[in-house]
Amino acid sequence: MLRLIYYELLKTFLKKRTYIGFALVAVIVPLAEVAMKLEGGRFLQFSLRTLQQDFLFVGNLFNGWFVAHSMMNALWVQIPLLITFVAGDQLAGEATAGTYRLILVRPVSRTRIFLSKFFTTAIYTIVFVGFLGVLSVGLALTLLGRGDLVVMQRGILILSESDVAWRFLVAYFLAAWAMLTIASLAFLFSSFVENAIGPIIGTMGINIVFLLITVIPVDLFKDIKPYLFSNYMNVWQQVFEDPIPWDSIGNSVAILGAYSIGFVFIAWLIFRRKDILS
Amino acid sequence: MTGEIILQTKNLGKQYKHRWAVHHLDLEVYRGDVFGFLGPNGAGKSTTIRMLLSLVRPTEGEVFLFGKSLEREREKALESIGGIVEKPDFYGYLSAHRNLEIVGALNGGATRKRIEEVLSLVGLSTRARDKVKTFSHGMKQRLGIAQSLLADPEFVILDEPTSGLDPQGMKEIRELIRHLASDQNKTVMLSSHLLNEVEMVANRMAVISRGELVTQGEVASLLEKGEKSVALRARPREKVRSVLSAHRGIDKVVETGEEFLVTMPFEGIPELARALVREQVDIEALVPRRSLEEYFLSITESDGASDKAKS
Repeated sequence: MLRLIYYELLKTFLKKRTYIGFALVAVIVPLAEVAMKLEGGRFLQFSLRTLQQDFLFVGNLFNGWFVAHSMMNALWVQIPLLITFVAGDQLAGEATAGTYRLILVRPVSRTRIFLSKFFTTAIYTIVFVGFLGVLSVGLALTLLGRGDLVVMQRGILILSESDVAWRFLVAYFLAAWAMLTIASLAFLFSSFVENAIGPIIGTMGINIVFLLITVIPVDLFKDIKPYLFSNYMNVWQQVFEDPIPWDSIGNSVAILGAYSIGFVFIAWLIFRRKDILS
Repeated sequence: MTGEIILQTKNLGKQYKHRWAVHHLDLEVYRGDVFGFLGPNGAGKSTTIRMLLSLVRPTEGEVFLFGKSLEREREKALESIGGIVEKPDFYGYLSAHRNLEIVGALNGGATRKRIEEVLSLVGLSTRARDKVKTFSHGMKQRLGIAQSLLADPEFVILDEPTSGLDPQGMKEIRELIRHLASDQNKTVMLSSHLLNEVEMVANRMAVISRGELVTQGEVASLLEKGEKSVALRARPREKVRSVLSAHRGIDKVVETGEEFLVTMPFEGIPELARALVREQVDIEALVPRRSLEEYFLSITESDGASDKAKS
């Protein structure tokens, strides 16, 4: 199995399209963070201006942690698209290229091939989110230094500098977990089409519709929301609350995991009996 | 010819919606055979081969490879099989060597030595490190054969291996198939719609038409079943028609371009030649035909060419 995963990784990471996401992140993140540095924290000052009338803020609140947190908030809706470029291509790409005929005539069960492809998708997702995290946080700290983190989610919360780094680490793990659900959905679509465009459009379409249902404050959607994975995609944000709602995070992690397993299971049912006609 | 049955299909069939692509197919391939699987385009050859290699699930019937059911013991049944299905496609952004490494990994791993051996066998040693996307169709076809031989299988299934090749490429593939069968003791099944190709290399064959088996057996004995005809090129044509209509022992005459295709026993050829000469007909060519192609056409053409003349 490890040998199969190794060669799937090789196939994935020697393909140019794999690096589209990395290249975009490598451009967008530095551009945004340099722009924020040049802006000089006007956004933060605007947000805090009413509080500054009654409180005295000491130290540099417009720092690397603040920028890295802002980047995470800004990108978590766009990152799924970049994940689907690769996840949606894992199975459909073989159909498009005609290489199913090369690999599925071997004395290896389809289940093992399927699993090696899914593990490769999962590894790509984790590596990609990790790359985003290292670049975003590393560059922000380099450009703007450290300090306490101002979090503006439900009101304004200031987290002490010594209490921030591990929260980012956990947040990125949770973000990778959430992205794995997106990757699994793209993988599912990838199992029953013969072109990678379909999975990309399908996954993003569902993600956008679910997100809209999640954020639109209408009573009609209230009962549906708990059943949509998009309702739990921002689980990483809860790490920046105080106290951290671990029960809620655990619940979100379990639901996202259940969705991932469900998507992958359905994909496996399709793949193991699929007629290869390409 | 009898011996160990390597491949057996029993009542094999595949239905797409309401159409049977393959129906009631019973094939038998024996160890040591070069087995030709013939049929016109769309006859169901590739669908059959996809079922033999577990790419497509049969709607009915079963496939046995080395006595093992493909349905129940898939991995064991495929252990000693290599094959290509239709045109060989590879990971174009990877080298030929890397592609074979990937294929080898699915067979439990292939050593560098073995990869170099099979690349050498198909004449691609010097291009081993080049990306496959730079390969011509013929080179991809040869790489396809290399990958099918990588695990040193006992049974090799080649779907239209000469498709799209120039005459020299076709000749090389034929020689390679002969080499596999005679020097490496491999059983080979090849599908083709180019009947003379099969006639040149196969000892047994099956003919499929509209998804159903028409016949199978030894090539030599099947040839005997075919109509025997003579291609005659002679002038003047009016005199030729007159002689042919009066001559006894002729079953059918079809005019094709400059030729008369005369269906008759070969024993009657000398007498026909004498009759033509007596009537001062200039004979340019008088060629007996008994090829598999004639036979193949006679049993697969639906309506057949209408007889232009029965003189």
